[in-house]
Amino acid sequence: MYVAVKGGETAIDNAHRLLADRRRGDRGVADLGLDQIMQQLSLAVDRVMSEGALYDRELAALAIKQARGDMIEAIFLARAYRTTLPRFGYTRPVDTADMQVERRISACFKDLPGGQLLGPTFDYTHRLLDPGLAAGQAPETPAVRAPEQAGMMRVSDFLDQEGLLEPAPEEAAKPVPDDIARTPMIYPLDRDARLQALARGDEGFLLSMAYSTQRGYARSHPFAGEIRIGEVALELDVPELDFPAPLGRIQVTECQMVNQFQGSAKAPPQFTRGYGLVFGQAERKAMAMSLVDRSLRATELGEDLVAPAQDEEFVIAHADNVQATGFVEHLKLPHYVDFQSELDLVRRLRAETGAGDEAAQEDSE
Amino acid sequence: MQAEPDANGYLEGGFADPVMGGQTIFRAIMQAMAEPGTIRPISQALRAPAPMTRTMAAIAATLCDADTPVWLDDALAAAPQVIKWLGFHTGAPMTPHTDQAAFALVSDSTAMPQLAAFAQGSDSYPDRSSTVILAVESLASGDAFDLSGPGIRTSARLRLTPAPADFIAQWTANGAQFPCGVDLILAAPDAVACLPRTTRIRQGEG
Amino acid sequence: MSTDARAFCRDEAQAIATYNFAYLDEQSKRMIRRAILKGIAVPGYQVPFASREMPMPYGWGTGGVQVTASIIGPDDTLKVIDQGADDTTNAISIRKFFARTTGVATTTATTDASIIQTRHRIPETPLTEGQVLVYQVPIPEPLRFLEPRETETRTMHALAEYGVMHVKLYEDIARHGHIATTYAYPVKVEGRYVMDPSPTPKFDNPKMDQCPALQLFGAGREMRIYAIPPWTQVVSLDFEDHPFEVQAFDRPCALCGADDVFLDEVIMDDQGTRMFVCSDTDHCNSRQTAGHAGEQDT
Repeated sequence: MYVAVKGGETAIDNAHRLLADRRRGDRGVADLGLDQIMQQLSLAVDRVMSEGALYDRELAALAIKQARGDMIEAIFLARAYRTTLPRFGYTRPVDTADMQVERRISACFKDLPGGQLLGPTFDYTHRLLDPGLAAGQAPETPAVRAPEQAGMMRVSDFLDQEGLLEPAPEEAAKPVPDDIARTPMIYPLDRDARLQALARGDEGFLLSMAYSTQRGYARSHPFAGEIRIGEVALELDVPELDFPAPLGRIQVTECQMVNQFQGSAKAPPQFTRGYGLVFGQAERKAMAMSLVDRSLRATELGEDLVAPAQDEEFVIAHADNVQATGFVEHLKLPHYVDFQSELDLVRRLRAETGAGDEAAQEDSE
Repeated sequence: MQAEPDANGYLEGGFADPVMGGQTIFRAIMQAMAEPGTIRPISQALRAPAPMTRTMAAIAATLCDADTPVWLDDALAAAPQVIKWLGFHTGAPMTPHTDQAAFALVSDSTAMPQLAAFAQGSDSYPDRSSTVILAVESLASGDAFDLSGPGIRTSARLRLTPAPADFIAQWTANGAQFPCGVDLILAAPDAVACLPRTTRIRQGEG
Repeated sequence: MSTDARAFCRDEAQAIATYNFAYLDEQSKRMIRRAILKGIAVPGYQVPFASREMPMPYGWGTGGVQVTASIIGPDDTLKVIDQGADDTTNAISIRKFFARTTGVATTTATTDASIIQTRHRIPETPLTEGQVLVYQVPIPEPLRFLEPRETETRTMHALAEYGVMHVKLYEDIARHGHIATTYAYPVKVEGRYVMDPSPTPKFDNPKMDQCPALQLFGAGREMRIYAIPPWTQVVSLDFEDHPFEVQAFDRPCALCGADDVFLDEVIMDDQGTRMFVCSDTDHCNSRQTAGHAGEQDT
């Protein structure tokens, strides 16, 4: 006697209780506080903020805890919350020349005004596991420099002065920028929409796309013109006020890639730009973003389209890890109605070609 | 945040409950758009400065916001309180150009601009067209039109007081450019009806 | 300050995160509502909309959920099915989501529902006027697997240039003697737009034609909404010499004896014994309650 299985609701509830239990783990181990995540897993927090497109360290920490450290799940949690928030307006463009710089390097010059500032970097660390850290050793007090009084000029501005670097690509003046969170993406995208999509894009995907350009799939001859990490001020114009309202400061990572370019029918020989700007300290992402931004400018610069990293629909439509993980994982859902339709078809095709005689016979039993 | 005493007459008069108010009105509009010619009652207690009608205000508060440029006919545009009401309750920007309007509010149907003056959309993006919200005195009496097309099982009858000038010719021309064209929301004092661009009309007999 | 802003100011004093009725904020609902109206006005045309991240993954019904969230009100009665069944895990999950975020009544009875959200099936019980059927759509573009680029397919729709689709279907006929598409079988709406009916089996296609209910389609990840108003012509693509035909099952449902329904094949034991039962669980239960029985019970 066949009775359709019921009780899916109980099964789901039980699965979620088990998930909560596994998330907590051994009750004898101290519960993880959001402050610990914010302080000690801060780069994970940064990634959730940038790909979750929500600058809120506490919510990002909560998302990481709730996701058991699964970063894409945490990013998804942040996104699904931010999407319900009302939009009040658009801040003034941040001026990264006015950044309170914590790290700033250029690969194009040995030295430059303001200096090369390494800041808190993994670069030049020897990747040796540290038993002292495992034992909870306290770190030394860091050496700190006095903060700059004025802003720090960007490397691109030095190059600009000589006219060797293309002017910043001008979009037709828009009263408000595109907003991919509020309007559907329409291909081909304007660069502002494209940069937004890249800023939210998956770090791993952009890294691989960027890497592919370095290996000859649309080689772009890049130099790391400048990478800077630090805090910038946000200001909002409010109609009722005659001065911009300060909203606070956020930490961002900016990468300006400078690419040698031999010229095309559309543009003269010069250095061209690729741009990356990401919430928090996220240098790998900002660099990858700037390389991909540059490769996606192929059409604009009159380059031959030869590689995936130059294909805007391909890159942008597949860069969002929340979309990608959802659709890949949706294959877990039942598809038995469609499978039934296909079963029926394959049996019929096999029967018609004679290949399925045996199977068809079994089936009719 | 409490609004200040409403000395100017535009701060109040919106939905008592924006969430449920908007849902109720939207469902009425959706059903009316899906079944052209059907009349959906509207009973939301909005107050709006003249010459904007209550129903028109309810529709605007339901559909318009900062993302939808709104065009006003001369009578509405001449009323500063209407502009303030719309600004406060919807946040929608006003546009003086008919062909840039996501929504066009027409309080005087006899003085409505030609439908062809509004945004028509394109063959690639027929959704980029204006929706005209037209105030009428009555959907129960007046010129009769027989309707057919998607959403109508066999035929439907729509009455309009007053109907815009040359309405059948204008509407036929609007439909001829399908998938482009405008859609019409008819706002009576206590009801709403819709004509999507797919609806074909002819003069009703009797 | 808009009404939204005032609503937010109230919320700000509350917990770390708060949500609106039906989850979506009012700005998002308005945007989706506008897209729905355009979809109804241009039947079968895919309206681009700024899909929001929902609290369930893309591909799991976020388009349908956004549509439902934007139309649902406290007076509605909601039914959610997946594969035709009310008790599949994702149907349960979505039904619970709306029960939690709206408090509306839910039902498994097709006839009692004012809104039915579905994945992969159209109920067997005929729909009625005033009902809304909301489809979850993974790939809304019927031409996508013939032409992957949005920029190209948009032009094809603009010009009503659907030759590639006919060529594809005719190649099936040339190769197999019949059209080898069994689900997501393309339809033409009111003689204009070729439309993807979502991955429903082609068995369900005829139910879309002149349907008394409003049919709304939401594709969240692909950011498209489209619609078929009630009483609208929906024709499955075919050829004069190869007319469209639905799957036929050579046996009735083993539980309720229905012979005009879509059946699931259930494997009963390790020897591969199979039985065939209604995919629409509500329809099957109603028939059994009304005294119909299949061969299993005879």
